[in-house]
Amino acid sequence: MNNNGLMARIRRSEGASGLAIISPTALYSILLLAAPLATVILFSVLTSENGKIVWDLTTSNYETVFTHPVYRAIMLRSLTVSSLVTLATVILAYPLAYYISFHVPAAKKSMWLFLVTLPFWTSYIIRVSLWRVILGYNGVIDSALMDIGLLEQPLNILSNGVLSIVITLAHAYAPFAILPIFVVLEKVDRSLLEAGQDLGESKLRTFWRVTLPLSMPGVIAAVLIVFIPTVGDYVTPELIGGGKVPMIANIIESQLLKQRDQALGSALSVTVMAIVAVVSIIFLFVNRKFLGGAPR
Amino acid sequence: MKSPSLRAYAIAYLIFLYAPIILLPIFAFNDGKVVQFPLKGFTTQWFVQMYNDSQLGVAVKNSLIIALSSATLATTLGIFGARASTRFNFPAKGSIMGLIMLPMVLPEIIVAMSLLIVLLAIGVKLSLFTIIMGHVLICTPFAVAILSSAFQSLDKSLEEAAYDLGESPFSTFRLIILPLVLPGIISAFLICFTISIDEFIISNFLGSGEAVLSVYVFGQFRFPAKVPSMLALGTILVLMSILLLTIAEYFRRRGIAKTGGKDTGGFL
Repeated sequence: MNNNGLMARIRRSEGASGLAIISPTALYSILLLAAPLATVILFSVLTSENGKIVWDLTTSNYETVFTHPVYRAIMLRSLTVSSLVTLATVILAYPLAYYISFHVPAAKKSMWLFLVTLPFWTSYIIRVSLWRVILGYNGVIDSALMDIGLLEQPLNILSNGVLSIVITLAHAYAPFAILPIFVVLEKVDRSLLEAGQDLGESKLRTFWRVTLPLSMPGVIAAVLIVFIPTVGDYVTPELIGGGKVPMIANIIESQLLKQRDQALGSALSVTVMAIVAVVSIIFLFVNRKFLGGAPR
Repeated sequence: MKSPSLRAYAIAYLIFLYAPIILLPIFAFNDGKVVQFPLKGFTTQWFVQMYNDSQLGVAVKNSLIIALSSATLATTLGIFGARASTRFNFPAKGSIMGLIMLPMVLPEIIVAMSLLIVLLAIGVKLSLFTIIMGHVLICTPFAVAILSSAFQSLDKSLEEAAYDLGESPFSTFRLIILPLVLPGIISAFLICFTISIDEFIISNFLGSGEAVLSVYVFGQFRFPAKVPSMLALGTILVLMSILLLTIAEYFRRRGIAKTGGKDTGGFL
């Protein structure tokens, strides 16, 4: 018997049984995810008339998305807000991940991780709504500070839509930023740090020149994990911003459901996907430079 | 290495993380219509008000139907996905797995809206069933991820031994593999259940206005008079999700211990 032929047959049968086993899950994703996404891409280059799609190829939807001042403003705002949220979340999360990885005894690490992830599993809507009650006019912060006499007038943080959204989302996505950074910090070779200090570097300089660069892949993962869902966040601008600070998701919803302009709504959706894809590719590219070893 | 300032920061951060959850029970038992300090005294009237809210009852029932169905379907699809991806090599494996895991990295509004466009175009009526369709889509990646680690730590020689002793592939799966990955299945089911109960965007857009828990809560928070009873509801939900998570974590650890693996941390 030809050994090559036998191997090929086994491989072919393994491929066949693998495909057979994956098929229910794959079919579900193809029918309910790939097909709808393809439809959205198709609709985005067709024309919408009185709430119906007409077979008339056009690029006017994309022209509207990129040139109409309202859409441009909303897209820029979405990008700014989610960049601010990402920045705040990752910068706040890094010291905590560092603390858990470098200062917490090994036996207590999983308890700390559990503590960090626990709030994340409690109802998202309720957590977001609670921030509205906490930050609002005469809300928890205002009344508490005035009660103990630190404040004369209510702060009414909620009236600052962007700041409130940043606080709320930095809270909601905290574990998403802490975990990837922690995982990478755990892999940092501790002997490198000792070597750095033996060679006369201060602790701060060792951190700056060794730990921080080595942990960049985790930071980049955290940036992506926070940025992607916040760009498309619908609930927070609605509940916290009170509809006054609409972001892309809110405008997609109003185009599709209220204006019934499916073509423009589709073009907006495709644009969001493109933005997410471009940002991901940029960061993955940056990540490769860090993984590639010494900078040239 | 001791660093008091870093430790203080860590504790401050935890306070920030837990602040809303700690406030929940405080104001749920506070005898005041407005959520503000100073506290006005103890009451259980908000829990009574919540209990007597018949619409809330309907919403809870609908959410339970959705969550149980979605978790069952997503876990089943997750078993197929995880088994195929950990044990077999097949053509286009990368792109198929990529597509299945895609909802994890796609903004949820895109998933919801693209599905909605297709459903409206082919004239499917929106109902609890369409919400379940969407929830299965976003829960499956989590089930695949959790179950993959369960299948990964499986010792392949156990399976081969069963074949050598004359078991068929199906009976091997039932007698050897399933019992070993059962803790993973339970923890995947519980995670999917929690995700589904919590999910808002799909429940809001793919439903036809039927009361669903997250959508109902979202609506109620707009009326200041309803806020205290929503805080009472939140208190109960928090307790339940802590309970579910503790059970899920217990089974996950037991599963790892059973297959002789090493614990590498919590969820995600």
